[in-house]
Amino acid sequence: MSSPGFLLRRPTSAQGTAALAGVDRLGALLTLVGAAGLLLLPFVTYKANRIVPGDPRALAQVLPVWAALGCQATLAAVAAVALLAANAPLRLGAALAGIVATAAALAVAANTLTPPHDLIVRVAPGAGFWLLLAALGLIATDAITRMRPGPGVRVLLLVLFLGGAGASLAHGTFDNVSIMREYAVNASAFAVAARQHILLSLGSLGAAVIVALPLGIFCHRTPRLRPGILSALNIIQTVPSIALFGILMAPLGALAAHVPLAAALGIRGIGAAPAVLALFLYSLLPIVANTVTGLKRVSPATVEAALGMGMTRWQTLAGVELVLALPVILTGIRIVLVQNIGLVTVAALIGGGGFGTFVFGGIGQAANDLVLLGAIPTVVLAYSAAVLLDALIELLDRAPR
Amino acid sequence: MITIESLTKRYGATTAVDSVSMVIESNSITVIVGTSGSGKSTLLRMINRLIEPTSGRVLIDGRDTESEPGHQLRRRIGYVIQGHGLFPHRTVAENIGTVPRLLKWEAERIRARTARLLEALQLDPAVYSDKYPHELSGGQQQRVGVARALAAEPTVLLMDEPFGALDPIIREKAQDDLLDIQRKFGTTIVLVTHDIDEAFRLGDRVAVMSEGRLIQYDRPEVLVTRPANELVARMTGSAERAMRLLSLTTAGEAALPLAGEAVTDGLLVPTSASLREVLSELLWRGSECATVVDADGTPRGRLTVAAIMARGRPA
Repeated sequence: MSSPGFLLRRPTSAQGTAALAGVDRLGALLTLVGAAGLLLLPFVTYKANRIVPGDPRALAQVLPVWAALGCQATLAAVAAVALLAANAPLRLGAALAGIVATAAALAVAANTLTPPHDLIVRVAPGAGFWLLLAALGLIATDAITRMRPGPGVRVLLLVLFLGGAGASLAHGTFDNVSIMREYAVNASAFAVAARQHILLSLGSLGAAVIVALPLGIFCHRTPRLRPGILSALNIIQTVPSIALFGILMAPLGALAAHVPLAAALGIRGIGAAPAVLALFLYSLLPIVANTVTGLKRVSPATVEAALGMGMTRWQTLAGVELVLALPVILTGIRIVLVQNIGLVTVAALIGGGGFGTFVFGGIGQAANDLVLLGAIPTVVLAYSAAVLLDALIELLDRAPR
Repeated sequence: MITIESLTKRYGATTAVDSVSMVIESNSITVIVGTSGSGKSTLLRMINRLIEPTSGRVLIDGRDTESEPGHQLRRRIGYVIQGHGLFPHRTVAENIGTVPRLLKWEAERIRARTARLLEALQLDPAVYSDKYPHELSGGQQQRVGVARALAAEPTVLLMDEPFGALDPIIREKAQDDLLDIQRKFGTTIVLVTHDIDEAFRLGDRVAVMSEGRLIQYDRPEVLVTRPANELVARMTGSAERAMRLLSLTTAGEAALPLAGEAVTDGLLVPTSASLREVLSELLWRGSECATVVDADGTPRGRLTVAAIMARGRPA
């Protein structure tokens, strides 16, 4: 493997601290991480079949010479920009180019290592690939942060990124990569899991909003009961998720056994019912607490003026208090949505479905690729939800107040 | 005219307002003054029923305020509070249009009324209509608060410490503006303050409250010359009572007829100046006599130190 010496030259040079003044600190750290991943860890793991332990391969070992040189040259250029350039759009462009090069290298490696028409051999991304991708991703997000883009631009970047990734997956670029091999086998189950995952997250969120919003308003209006309600919700929050799923299995099972209507509605000790109920319970505290905080933030003078001018209590609540509290309430909803998308994964343990099915199935079969088939979409989903809701909150919070 | 009859508010064992009866004349400014906890704000809020009285009643132009739902009553009564309470998420024009919108006025009528009020309060509608409250200075916010309270042409305007958040110089300007507004719109204004100087400056009549009871309710000069008790005397400041009396009379009101040819080389004072200001200026200059002139500079009369001193004694 060729050694990209430039990666180490500046940080370890004996030119003294003065020479380091122009070097970007974060860029230096991430360059070190990326270089370590590239040089010391396997880029891909070659496996004769799905289960056996893999055979680590470095980038230069698996790529044709032209591809290896091209990829390394691109990464070298990215490192130079990350270390020395202050221009944020340039840094973003470089990081994205690096991500494309790394992903392309993975695709080429998988195509090269897989014999034609072979469906048994697995080429999995190695630790080096993930480390490199993480470093590049951090350079990109750091660059985006420095550019301070508006909410619209951030959503646009997300859409472009998802669109690019989706298009290359649909095109079959990565079909020979192990995770896509798992996908090919599980395509129909994947679609079902995706729908379940989204439904469970949004359904429990919706139910929680319906209950938590009035509860938050009630807490705000009744300071006497506020500490009691909030500490009860706090206690729920401290119960570990697996324990809560377990605790709910018994009463719901009993309910289904003794109330025919409940059983007819699909309520059972396992499955979606305890999952939704547990997620719902976890969702209450952030929304109630943020509703209380948001309403408390509204100046009492504003509320008194509204009532004094002849607005009814309902008009004051809907037209003034809730509107002014909305960004804080939405922040609570964002916390809950991201948290739920993650927790739904655990719900697979009690038969709730969702991407967790692949994660636990993969753990059971010792098939890491299957675990990743569940984990990666979960992360993408949570990240997208966070970006979208952050953009919405900022849009609302920008309205003068 | 607002008639308050034996109005009482109790919170458990404490009585915030204790059987207050008073008649507030139309087209005047009545100031309720008292220390904090005297019940003055509670009394004010019972007029528009933001606080429901325990007993007693309020009649506005002969009509019992209990005869309609509280929120409808409040739409007919202007209300201004300390710290203005403007809606931060709405523009100046939207803030002012709040009550007209509740009353379902047509958009064009709301727009015209908003523009007229902004002009009356010396805020250019073209500049300020679309600004948000946080873009305004404290004095401007206060004026928008007054404009909003007057939007639906109320005959009664209630003000709870409206100038409390303003610094002294802006406050004086705001007080002058309020006097202008009252003259222009003929509104019946009831204003609550803890500042006795503000009460004397603005009030046609001043009500002094203490511990929930109405102690004295009369013209300001009566409060000075015949205080009902020690508290009122202390509040009006017995050491300064002569000067306070002088500050209640304008040069125009006290001017003596011109004796022959007007003296135009001495001190000239406008008709609106208070006797206190004229006396102070005469003492400073060491003069005996001033000429009172109107806005065009035409002499209207004269004032002497002796004539002013005669006004500083109880009649």
